[in-house]
Amino acid sequence: MSGKNNPLIFELSKQGRRGYRLPDLDVPHRELTSLVKSHLLREQEPRLPEVSEVEVIRHYTSLSRRNYGVDLGFYPLGSCTMKYNPKINEQVAGFESFVRLHPLQPEESAQGILTLMHELLVGLCEVTGMSWGTLQPFAGAQGEFTGMKLFKAYFEKRGERGRNKVLVPDSAHGTNPASAHLAGFEVVEIRSDSRGLISLDSVKDHLDESLAGIMLTNPNTLGLFEEDILEISEAVHSSGGLLYYDGANLNAIVGKVRPGDMGFNVVHLNLHKTFSTPHGGGGPGSGPVLVSDTLLPFLPVPDVVKRADGYHLENNRPDTIGRLSGFYGNVAVMVKAYAYLLTMGSDGLARVGELAVLNANYLKERLKRSFNLPYDRTCKHEFVLSAQQLKERFGVTALDVAKRLLDFGIHPPTVYFPLIVPEALMIEPTETENIEVLDRFVEVMETILQEAKENPEALRQAPSRTPVGRIDEVLAARKPVVRWHPENGESSETGAQP
Amino acid sequence: MIAYLPHTDEDIEAMLDVIGVDGIDQLFADIPRELILKEPLQIPAGLPEYEVYRRMQSLAERNRVQNISFLGCGSYDHIIPAVVSHILSRSEFYTSYTPYQAEMSQGFLQAIFEFQTMICELTGLEVANASLYDGHTAASEAAVLALNSVRRGSDTILYSSTLHPFTRQVLRTHFSNLPVHLEEIPSRDGTTDLKDLAAKLRPGVAGVILQSPNYLGYVEDLSGLAQELHDNGSLLILSANPLSLGVLKPAGEWGADIAIGDTQALGLPSYFGGPSVGYITATEKLLRKMPGRIAGQSLDQEGKRAFLLTLQAREQHIKRERATSNICSNQALAALATAVYLATLGKQGIREVAEQNTQKAHYLYHRLVKETAAEPLFDRPFFNEFPIVLPKKAAEVLPRMGERGFYAGVDLNRLDPSTPEGTLAIAVTERRTREQMDRYVEALKEVLQ
Repeated sequence: MSGKNNPLIFELSKQGRRGYRLPDLDVPHRELTSLVKSHLLREQEPRLPEVSEVEVIRHYTSLSRRNYGVDLGFYPLGSCTMKYNPKINEQVAGFESFVRLHPLQPEESAQGILTLMHELLVGLCEVTGMSWGTLQPFAGAQGEFTGMKLFKAYFEKRGERGRNKVLVPDSAHGTNPASAHLAGFEVVEIRSDSRGLISLDSVKDHLDESLAGIMLTNPNTLGLFEEDILEISEAVHSSGGLLYYDGANLNAIVGKVRPGDMGFNVVHLNLHKTFSTPHGGGGPGSGPVLVSDTLLPFLPVPDVVKRADGYHLENNRPDTIGRLSGFYGNVAVMVKAYAYLLTMGSDGLARVGELAVLNANYLKERLKRSFNLPYDRTCKHEFVLSAQQLKERFGVTALDVAKRLLDFGIHPPTVYFPLIVPEALMIEPTETENIEVLDRFVEVMETILQEAKENPEALRQAPSRTPVGRIDEVLAARKPVVRWHPENGESSETGAQP
Repeated sequence: MIAYLPHTDEDIEAMLDVIGVDGIDQLFADIPRELILKEPLQIPAGLPEYEVYRRMQSLAERNRVQNISFLGCGSYDHIIPAVVSHILSRSEFYTSYTPYQAEMSQGFLQAIFEFQTMICELTGLEVANASLYDGHTAASEAAVLALNSVRRGSDTILYSSTLHPFTRQVLRTHFSNLPVHLEEIPSRDGTTDLKDLAAKLRPGVAGVILQSPNYLGYVEDLSGLAQELHDNGSLLILSANPLSLGVLKPAGEWGADIAIGDTQALGLPSYFGGPSVGYITATEKLLRKMPGRIAGQSLDQEGKRAFLLTLQAREQHIKRERATSNICSNQALAALATAVYLATLGKQGIREVAEQNTQKAHYLYHRLVKETAAEPLFDRPFFNEFPIVLPKKAAEVLPRMGERGFYAGVDLNRLDPSTPEGTLAIAVTERRTREQMDRYVEALKEVLQ
């Protein structure tokens, strides 16, 4: 397909076309320059497209057909928990009386949403075994940043400013070290052992007065439960440090085990993972943060509180870390997550964890017959294969496998992560996939393996059935084109500028 | 029975057989026994869909959204064309993840590339990213961008006291415990005191953050400011309601280096404050220090135009603690809403909406000032939002206006105690009719009597 078949909206533009009719201005028109002095007004018109409504709809509908979501098929993207997004959640989140709420309207006129936010926090605290929290963080990474700020506030209050080291496993998500660093901590990477786990040994060298704490994902990004968690937790606490729980992988243990019971002081959740809210092609997500008693005074403001006369937003918290974002976070996402909590209940959530783990172990057992599984243990919600042998024997990489999966209409696993597995393929099926889907995936993976043996070159050229073939990343980084340039006109249709 | 869980008993048996265990419990045997919950979670048992619907409906009914709204201060009641929610409900978009696999995600990547272009056009700058969380956190990201881009050792960010109070709070939260100096520039008669700003300029100032229209609604006059900052080696960061840029001078024309703000006004409902979208655009030379995802254009193997996430070496999943930001998930679907909105309104439409906002706000302003006991806070140019000072406390006036069916405005003293008591920020969008505004004036006359 050439650029001409998939034009940018700007390339469809024709002078004078309009896509929307506004109500006529019903107040007397005054010269704009009599209202705002002309030197404060814009000189050059923005070159926005000029298209009719029909063209808008066809353009974006056509783009949607060049995209892939969970509603189209299997999406085993590791650590992303791409489960089904229930439609009732979307429907109720669309109620006018939620949608049109203004964040600064009187609290007594927003009791429905404040009740929902409060109840959601109560539910999340029960699920995680924590005391209270905040729904403000927009996504997991902001949740991590919030958690690290809470660490800082706690140690400042105790006069322990010297505690500036945060331990982060080599298998951790990249946001962990980035968030800790951003909050002003020194990041110390600790190594996973031969089991793929963090052992007491790997933390014991760091248990001194400079230790602020440790960030752990449990189960970790290999999909393995950190078995020594109670010993680690005790050791970190007894040396005066705190524990942070990255909730990206909570789906594995939801309803079965709680981070609070493991001794974590701060937990963030991803409502767009465990709690079924759609990821929207990269957001909006929601990353609530929950804390143990010791950190309660430092929670961000405003806090959602329940009093005899109803629910309120409370700003009076002397030891708070402050405000994290403009208003209260991605409220629409909270509405969807709350609907999910009501739908699943205590019985349903426990089943989620069980079936997510069952699906992952089933797939692991079947795939390890043909692919290398570096850490061969009972996994939780996900597992990591390595294409290292494929690479050595046939010159076929994890990337090639991923790209070939696209040709079969399956979204590939997460590749090249965690960093401790060479040529990693990180597979998370989630609980909402049935056995036929899993069997089909195994079949496709085995076909790809066969192709690797017989015709590796074809794999290196994959994909061939997608709207575009493999894309030149080096060109994109060397000569970045991050916007359309009108002056390039027709020539931009044929691609990036030389 | 749970409708989202497809496993039959036979499926489970067959799967356990393949795994070689007798029961699901054995798959949790690696977890210390004392950690496994003995009792179910203390939350109610699950409900059928229709009961969930009714519970959610009864919660929604406890919100009151029928009042005619003149509320603003960062969230506005605009018209949203029907096409926006239609496109957003395409599940190929909303049930997708971040477009890591570009060949399978050309649709979203192209839409984001178009979004970036539109925001660049509106702000008059050269490069944009795929979105940030909101306009307030965008200020922190812009400050970091400035600190990373100017001469080494620069550790100070100046910001105006006319930034939205929440933006100022978010900045302070962000940089507390960090070796960065934040200094507030006072205001004079409703806009930034530029003389004070000039006096504070010194080596070490990485950037200066201003907002226009500022939190009071007034348009800041930045003539000559960019040059002054550049001569000092500092960057100018300008926050703006992007809808105002349909008529007002954008960052690029002021000579600013970085533009930020929140696109809620462009196609997104207020939804109790979120989701919205933080935007950031900048001059080309700042591209490699930008935070977050960026959609870029390239070629596929056959030389066809194709889109992908580019310059990923800046990001946390590659650079870890040395990344330009920790942001991962952003507000992609909400950014798509803004793109569809801007495409639908188009070049002429965006100017027309912006102009209608200006005209209507000035209509109400002139009636209020002429006919009621309310006084303007200052005599300054504004866009679609202005402050008036009531002869009574806002806390007295607002409930009585509420009884008459109006959310009459935001009590600015509650938002920022340095604003005089009785100051009301009144926002007027294209959605308000003359008849509503006329009734508002009559209601306020009654209440102020």
